[in-house]
Parts: sequence; C-alpha cells; structure tokens
Amino acid sequence: MEFTEEQINRYSRHILLPEVGGKGQKKIAKSRILLVGAGGLGSPAALYLAAAGVGTIGLIDSDVVDLTNLQRQILHHTPDVGRPKVLSGKEKIQALNPDVSVSMYEERLTAGNAFKIIGDYDVVIDGVDNFPAKFLINDACFFAEKPLIHGGILRFDGRVTTIIPKQSACYRCVFKAPPPPGLVASCQEAGVIGVLAGIIGTIQATEALKLILGVGRPLTGRLLDFDARKTQFREIKVRRNPNCALCGEHPTITELFDDGDPYAGCAARPSA
Amino acid sequence: MQVKINGKPEEFQSGTVLDLLKAKNIEPQMVAVEVNDKVLERDDLATTHLNEGDQVEFLFYMGGGR
Repeated sequence: MEFTEEQINRYSRHILLPEVGGKGQKKIAKSRILLVGAGGLGSPAALYLAAAGVGTIGLIDSDVVDLTNLQRQILHHTPDVGRPKVLSGKEKIQALNPDVSVSMYEERLTAGNAFKIIGDYDVVIDGVDNFPAKFLINDACFFAEKPLIHGGILRFDGRVTTIIPKQSACYRCVFKAPPPPGLVASCQEAGVIGVLAGIIGTIQATEALKLILGVGRPLTGRLLDFDARKTQFREIKVRRNPNCALCGEHPTITELFDDGDPYAGCAARPSA
Repeated sequence: MQVKINGKPEEFQSGTVLDLLKAKNIEPQMVAVEVNDKVLERDDLATTHLNEGDQVEFLFYMGGGR
C-alpha cells in the first residue's frame, strides 16, 4: 500500500514522528478498531481515530441520538436527534476523513453476537454505559484474545485502563461481577460533566494507537483515575488475580454469557 | 495507627478492612478493595486486619460511558 501525496500531507505530523513515520502510518491505515458505544467515550475516540487515519472503525450502538446526549457526545449534532447513532457517527467520521471505512452495527453487543463482531478487530474500546455490558466486553475480549481499552465516567470522575488478555489484569480481576442493580448510580441518574468524556475517550484512543504502533508502555496493570474537580490523575496498580473467575488459575467462567440486564436499575432509558 | 487510603494518609484505630468500610459508611458491595496492591476477596474483608502503613484502595464502580 502506498500513500497518495494528499495522504502524505494529511498525515505529515504523524509521519514526522520517529515513532510513527511512514511505516507506522501504514500500520494505522491497516488497523481495525471497534468502538462499543458511539456515545460519550466513543465520540472523541471515534473522531481522533478517524483523524489519525485508522483503516476501519467499527461502531456498535443500538440507540438513536437523544437531545440529552449532545452535552457530551460530540460525534452527534443537533440535526441528528432521532437518528441512529451509528449512522450519525459514520457521517462525521467520513466527513473528517474519507480514508476511513466505517462498519455499523445497529444493535447491542450480546453474548450471541460478540465473537462474530469482535473477531474482525485488532483493538476494542469500551464506551458503554452499563456494567453488564462492561463485563461482557471484558469476557469477550479475554476469550477472543483482543486488547481492550476500558473506560468509565461518572459525575466528575473518570477511569481508564488497558487490558491485554492473559498478560495483564482484567476487569474481573478487580471487579468480580456487576454491582447489584440500583446500588451504583449511572450517568443518567447521577450526571456527568460532559468534557470528562473527552478526556477519558481521548486517552482510550491514545492507548489504542499506541498498541497499533507498538509504541511506549501500555496502560496495563494500572487503573488511571481522573478527578476533574482537582484536575488530578492517580494511578492504582492492579495485578492479575489468581482467584479471578475469568483469567485466574481455576476459572469458573468458561464461556460467554450476558451478566445481568443492562437496563436493570436504570430510572429510564431512551427509547431506541 | 496510620494507613493510606486512596493515596491519603489517614488515622485508623485498628481492625479489619470491613471495620474501615463501616467507619467510612461504605457499602462493601459498592467497592473493590485493594490492600498493598492486592485485590481482596469479599469474604476476606472481615478477616483481613490492617497494619500501620498499609495502602488501601477503595475502587468504586464507574460504569458510565455514554
């Protein structure tokens, strides 16, 4: 694959970097990154990955754009209200960079479709808003051996970590299972400062690109917590847990399953 | 004695991790607890005694994304 003059111009600031160069830019152009959720975290990740020239971006989301999304989901604009998020997302990605091919999955990730979808990608980015889905993504990436960039936001707090299955601590190594429904507030119930999605989502995109390029040290074995009130990052070391039900020494989870109802405990959900 | 809770030194009389959770009014089901970089099983919260200088992390669930 050779770049056109226009592409060399477009990606010149990447190509200038010794860690990227033409070779690295080609790796980016050949890469396939899956965004589960085209919302708060998925929006900034999608836009920066599109700008970076990622070959294929997969978007999974079953929802349509709601007016309440626009405070943080910058992939969607006011005229998109009522339209499928995957479609709105695809248009923005390709308006920013027509080099990018976008695969749309207007559905929810489930134990039934996860392997089929995830199998086609190099890296998976978690941008979902509920615990059953976060655990499902973690489990699916473990079984499919796909690197996962996990992210979460709530109120003024954000968290991001990179999980390389069988090498670094997984989500279940720390959080064994979803919390009982209703115990932990969702953004829908508790609110979130919109820009936090941008901070955490762009770190997720950074981690994905680093993995594609093989540059630097991934955010594995560490939870990076961000407190927007203090503008403070804190790193918490996490080790692989030998008792982990998924990736431990005597796993009890041996196949993919839907770990709870994603909408249990939510006060309301937008009608899809 | 002093223990470090989420990076901040705090006074704690003595007792188990569960005692500390109770003192802080934290529902055990809402957090994962790490002591000195090791995640505790829920059953071990009541039997794990804290020592001077222990580093305790309360990791709250953070589930948002959209």
